[in-house]
Amino acid sequence: MKLEAYQLIKNYGGFLALDGASFHTADESRVVALLGPSGGGKSTLLRVLGGLLVPDSGEVRVNGTSLPRDETGSLRALRGNGFVFQGYNLFPHLSAIQNIILPLREVHGWSPDDARHRALELLARLGLTEHAQKRPAELSGGQQQRAAIARALAPRPSLLLLDEPTSALDPVMTAEVLDVVRELAESGQQIVLATHEISFARKVADWVVFLAHGKVQVSCTTDDFFQNPESSIARSYLQGLSRYR
Amino acid sequence: MKRVNTNVTGLLWSLLLLSTLALALYATFASVHYGWNWQVVWEYRTQLFHGWLTTLIISAGAMLVSMMLGFAMMLGRRSTWQPVRLLSIGAVELIRGSPLLVQLLIGYYIIASRVGVSSPVLVGTLLLGLFEAAYLAEIFRGAVESIGRSQWEAARAVGFDTTQTYRFVIIPQALRRALPGTTGEIVSLIKSSSLLSVIGIEELVQKVRVMNSANYTALEGYLPLAIAYLVVTLPLSWAARRLEKRFAYET
Repeated sequence: MKLEAYQLIKNYGGFLALDGASFHTADESRVVALLGPSGGGKSTLLRVLGGLLVPDSGEVRVNGTSLPRDETGSLRALRGNGFVFQGYNLFPHLSAIQNIILPLREVHGWSPDDARHRALELLARLGLTEHAQKRPAELSGGQQQRAAIARALAPRPSLLLLDEPTSALDPVMTAEVLDVVRELAESGQQIVLATHEISFARKVADWVVFLAHGKVQVSCTTDDFFQNPESSIARSYLQGLSRYR
Repeated sequence: MKRVNTNVTGLLWSLLLLSTLALALYATFASVHYGWNWQVVWEYRTQLFHGWLTTLIISAGAMLVSMMLGFAMMLGRRSTWQPVRLLSIGAVELIRGSPLLVQLLIGYYIIASRVGVSSPVLVGTLLLGLFEAAYLAEIFRGAVESIGRSQWEAARAVGFDTTQTYRFVIIPQALRRALPGTTGEIVSLIKSSSLLSVIGIEELVQKVRVMNSANYTALEGYLPLAIAYLVVTLPLSWAARRLEKRFAYET
């Protein structure tokens, strides 16, 4: 896939989350990592790329096609994507399997049997078969995130967008969720991942977009980014992160 | 095992508290040397029963009206179009801020008679429903607004439109949070129905008043009156608590 963004601006009541962000990836990027300090605009950019947020101005193109800006158009566009957030994604009043089935039935129009079958298949793939009937409060953080990934994957999204999926998890659960993301990446799923897990991004991503202060500072291949970061902000960010690991 | 014990202890305590209350009441009544005349109550039993039925029917009707209107007013208050929002806020504040008595008198003798509706039961049910709707609207609004922003975003992210988000995500969760407040309002609605006598509805309280003034009785009417209300309100509260437990999914 090819992602392009031109002069994106998004203002949250006086705070410029995106301040003229522009970049484009290579034509055949599969896993794009959004890196950068907190508050730099990663989460906002991820939502704009997935069609969940409409920017105040600017344009996003996915494989050469512009994302629509109107309500019905952007809803249709985002229905082709899957999202996973930091935490609290799941609907707490529904069991894990219901969380997966409900959008399949109501948004994508699947039959009850097909939806159930797909949900069970994904729960098995993510090692959650025995937890299918549990509500989110009865699951660990890692299990919740895996269930959220299962829900996002269920309608076979063309693009899976993950916004710091491990930031609220302890190291064991983090590894458990990152294993899943790596397997997905290796199986060919197109992914946009905002993360602070630098070494994971280095292993899995083929393109890096580095953001700070609402602007894209660097956009290049993963190898170029880690071997010779051209921006000084990126250099000091990487040094700061690698100090204790 | 532990659970059974707590249940038994709870039952024993309840019995003890109830019998103490009964004893204290009995002692107080005995000390005022009141001349009881239960014969009169027995003679009026069908009248009183009809009054009780009227109270129940009006309360049930007003409950339905208040829930639907309350829900509509809550949605109106959250509307993106300012006039609808202002209208809802204005309605809630006017209705909550003024006495039900005045609303009943103006609503029945002026508005309903101008429109040409003369059934006091119908008008009374609607007016009582409207009155409680203003309170319910605020309880519903509080419950809906207590659902975090992340749930709205999660609903949007799986592709739900606004209607689907309310239907599948927000309302099921808000329902549980609105339940305790709503039960209290319904109980209060049942008791407020006694005011409907001012527009000529012969509900339970009015029947008791008629009986008392014709026979110079007082407490003989009011004690059964209290019990007749409790027979409805206590099971209602109990059922609501059962529902709350069934909806308990958060830890």
